[in-house]
Amino acid sequence: MLLIPCPWCGPRPENEFHYGGEAGIVRPVDPAAVDDAAWAAYLYHRTNPKGLHRERWRHQFGCGRFFNATRDTVTDQITGTAKP
Amino acid sequence: MRFSLVSLARQAFGGAAWPRQWREAEPKPAYDVVIVGAGGHGLATAYYLAKEHGIRDVAVLDKGWLGGGNTGRNTTIIRSNYLQDESAAIYEHALKLWETLSGELNYNVMYSPRGVMMLAHNEHDTRVFKRHVHANRLQGIDNEWLTPQQAKAFCPPLHVGTDARYPVLGAALQRRGGVARHDAVAWGYARGASAMGVDIVQNCEVTGISRQPNGAVAGVETTRGTILANKVAVVAAGHTSVLMGMAGVRMPLESFPLQALVSEPVKPVMPCVVMSNTVHAYISQSDKGELVIGAGTDAYTSYSQAGGLHISSHTLEAICELFPSFRRLRMLRSWGGIVDVTPDRSPIIGLTPVPGLFVNCGWGTGGFKATPGSGHVFAATIARGEPHPIAAPFGLDRFRTGRLIDEAAAAAVSH
Ligand SMILES: Cc1cc2nc3c(=O)[nH]c(=O)nc-3n(C[C@H](O)[C@H](O)[C@H](O)COP(=O)(O)OP(=O)(O)OC[C@H]3O[C@@H](n4cnc5c(N)ncnc54)[C@H](O)[C@@H]3O)c2cc1C
Ligand SMILES: [Zn+2]
Repeated sequence: MLLIPCPWCGPRPENEFHYGGEAGIVRPVDPAAVDDAAWAAYLYHRTNPKGLHRERWRHQFGCGRFFNATRDTVTDQITGTAKP
Repeated sequence: MRFSLVSLARQAFGGAAWPRQWREAEPKPAYDVVIVGAGGHGLATAYYLAKEHGIRDVAVLDKGWLGGGNTGRNTTIIRSNYLQDESAAIYEHALKLWETLSGELNYNVMYSPRGVMMLAHNEHDTRVFKRHVHANRLQGIDNEWLTPQQAKAFCPPLHVGTDARYPVLGAALQRRGGVARHDAVAWGYARGASAMGVDIVQNCEVTGISRQPNGAVAGVETTRGTILANKVAVVAAGHTSVLMGMAGVRMPLESFPLQALVSEPVKPVMPCVVMSNTVHAYISQSDKGELVIGAGTDAYTSYSQAGGLHISSHTLEAICELFPSFRRLRMLRSWGGIVDVTPDRSPIIGLTPVPGLFVNCGWGTGGFKATPGSGHVFAATIARGEPHPIAAPFGLDRFRTGRLIDEAAAAAVSH
């Protein structure tokens, strides 16, 4: 179980959190204006890196807030967090 | 060496060392086809390329040892009772191949159709599984609905009392489902492919995918040098995004750790495979006597090949509730693999935007069962340069067209 440093509450066990997937995936402002390839990229394509990953977490059973974290997906070590 | 009663007896009494089952190959500078990943799927692909399409100038490269990825780490559950017609077609294609695979390979893969029983614990499960039973019947695939008492009769150690937190309300049973020996599948295909001339190169990590001036694939860069090939097939399970990234292709995949564990060996006690998606537990018994237990995935993407302890303890709690008589067993070993999960929980098989680059991935938590079928249709796809009819619906393009093959209900985390 990861020990996740919530930027508001400090280090808390992983099961207080909900994983929110890759950070920085931006929804097209006007979905009807983009083509199918761009829409598929938004919905489904992910970086899925072996190494540093920027991701979102929500402190679901704590302060309830979202934040971004950077984690090494090989060691699972969280190297930094940021308030949104 | 071909295995037969005579050859086994001669070997047993002759005292000579067993011969190697496949050649240890040095990579050549060029091949017709390079397959990246010597798991079951990559090796089966090489086997059928050589056997059915006469393409023998093939190398299968692996960064580790063959079968050391998910193939050698999985809980070996085999079944074909998926919901959608496209899935039923590919998994049933595989199941039919399993039935004759030991003979085909002259290698005992220990396929054992002992029945796979999926438990329903609430109204939703009951409806979903009954829907599967009906869909499967229309597809000509066996799957039947059991009452709790019939489930208990099929699997005596199962607790079906109403005092459980999630009592068993019924079960879907595929009698032709079962298990096979995972290592033997990799070894059998490796031996067969090697005998037909395929080079299996272990400890050879692919670090780059090189391109021709026109954009088509030129070959691969590896830790053992450059290898040229006009056709490169990526069959790398959890590492697919990393490899496809080398060719500039972003994939609809996320990689998660998935765990399994085995108990100390005991006398035969589990006659079949039992799966429960709702309470999250999968269990069968190996021929050595160990209870083989499948747990869930971690919540976050990772390449750690480990997985959190709370994930496996959660599964053990469910196992103890379903099988009270197993409560005093000790666990012997646990491990993890990295599974590549697609948005619709169906695999991706076929061509890619890069000419000459093929991909077979996204089998996620449940691709062992498909190994022979996947290799068979993928080999045809590579040989002909166009998707085999069974593989066609599983193209990468479906995420753009929206023709997803939704198996989330059947395969949420299950096998
Ligand atoms: C714990 C667990 C339980 C499972 N249980 C079941 C089950 O009960 N039933 C079922 O049907 N499925 C199950 N699965 C899923 C199943 O194991 C996989 O879907 C299947 O084995 C995938 O086979 P593969 O040949 O594609 O991948 P793998 O066997 O993982 O082979 C991929 C290979 O690619 C190699 N590779 C990766 N990167 C590189 C590189 N850069 N260069 C060279 N080589 C590289 C790896 O070393 C690896 O050997 C389970 C998986 C796990 C982890
Ligand atoms: Zn918090």
